Amino acid sequence: MNTVVAKLQRQFQDYLVSLYQQGFLDNQFTELRKLQDEGTPDFVAEVVSLFFDDCSKLINSMSRSLERPENVDFKQVDSGVHQLKGSSSSVGARRVKNVCISFKECCDVQNREGCLRCLQQVDYEYKMLKTKLQDLFNLEKQIVQAGGAIPQVNIN
Amino acid sequence: KENRCELCFSSLLPCFVSSPLSYYYSSMAKDGGVSCLRSSEMLNVGIGGMEPPPLDLDEVHVLAVDDSLVDRIVIERLLRITSCKVTAVDSGWRALEFLGLDNDKASDEFDKLKVDMIITDYCMPGMTGYELLKKIKESSSFRQVPVVIMSSENVLTRIDRCLEEGAEDFLLKPVKLADVKRLRSCLTGDVKLSNGNKRKLPEDSVSVDTSLPPPPLSLTFSTNSSDSSPPLSPVEVFSSPLSSPEDDDDVLTSSPEGSPMSEESPIRRQKMGSPGLD
Repeated sequence: MNTVVAKLQRQFQDYLVSLYQQGFLDNQFTELRKLQDEGTPDFVAEVVSLFFDDCSKLINSMSRSLERPENVDFKQVDSGVHQLKGSSSSVGARRVKNVCISFKECCDVQNREGCLRCLQQVDYEYKMLKTKLQDLFNLEKQIVQAGGAIPQVNIN
Repeated sequence: KENRCELCFSSLLPCFVSSPLSYYYSSMAKDGGVSCLRSSEMLNVGIGGMEPPPLDLDEVHVLAVDDSLVDRIVIERLLRITSCKVTAVDSGWRALEFLGLDNDKASDEFDKLKVDMIITDYCMPGMTGYELLKKIKESSSFRQVPVVIMSSENVLTRIDRCLEEGAEDFLLKPVKLADVKRLRSCLTGDVKLSNGNKRKLPEDSVSVDTSLPPPPLSLTFSTNSSDSSPPLSPVEVFSSPLSSPEDDDDVLTSSPEGSPMSEESPIRRQKMGSPGLD
């Protein structure tokens, strides 16, 4: 039993480290994990779930604003990007946040084509991250079910 | 005892909408959906009688203001982990409503209201954190309450303006546990802050001569140095984190914090902490 837990913990650790190394996550995700304990084992999962909902809603509304070339509401798009940048920053979603930086620049110069590209990319990135984190949380569950503790992972 | 939703067992986030005496709880369901239930509605769905938890005089009560739900959840958790009671609202207007400052009539209810600190986002639709700060400092009942401003942008003139208006501190988002612990220790430590030097720069930041207008500072951070494997997205569009200054603001854009190696975030303006140090 011990080796099962140890193996899962190792898997979890390696996977989490790889997410940082590949730039999906940054230090703020580490900060979020600090806020989770035995009393609130789902805290990180809940927060990122809210974040992904946010992404979906904002991307939809920005998509509508960008739809017609002759009538783009760049103010609305800018507001959406600002919100997305903020929440991605708060959860440590590094790639999503970085796309938002480019996205804002396209918005500032009212570049519709650029905005559409960024929109597509931000959609891709958040969905990719969602999948990755789902795998991570599944590993966590498996560890707990096997009677083990979630390892503290130091990203340095 | 932790307030937990009896339907989905997630933690409850008090969200004052009308008066403090009949308020909403914002509840996060298992699928991530959020709903606000009024106390009377909660009775209908079988959750027991909800009264505002009586505030222990010894407990630190913080009012958090942020229009972003994700940020509210995070700041609430950060504060609760440092043993604060938290009320989180989503706008400056709701904050004023909670404090009883939204009309000119003096109200008895608010005599019992104990708020030890107010922490607010700067950029909010409707009323900015700065405007909220001013209104709080104009009030007789709450002007003594320390107000902390949070912002995702490190804008020198913005920070100065807030500090001059009486803000206790300015935190750069994303807010970290260390930031909140520092605020918390200042609250209980009853640190007397000098009126003189209002800005404290961390050791490894660029120091600014406050007698001169801040020069336009350009900081570049390498974003990809730590990436060991090729990026997975089809097009990696990373811009260098520089932007031209806004009208009269000098903008130091924050590093994308790409490197897992980096511990320090860019220049944080700090005021609370060891007094007399700069």
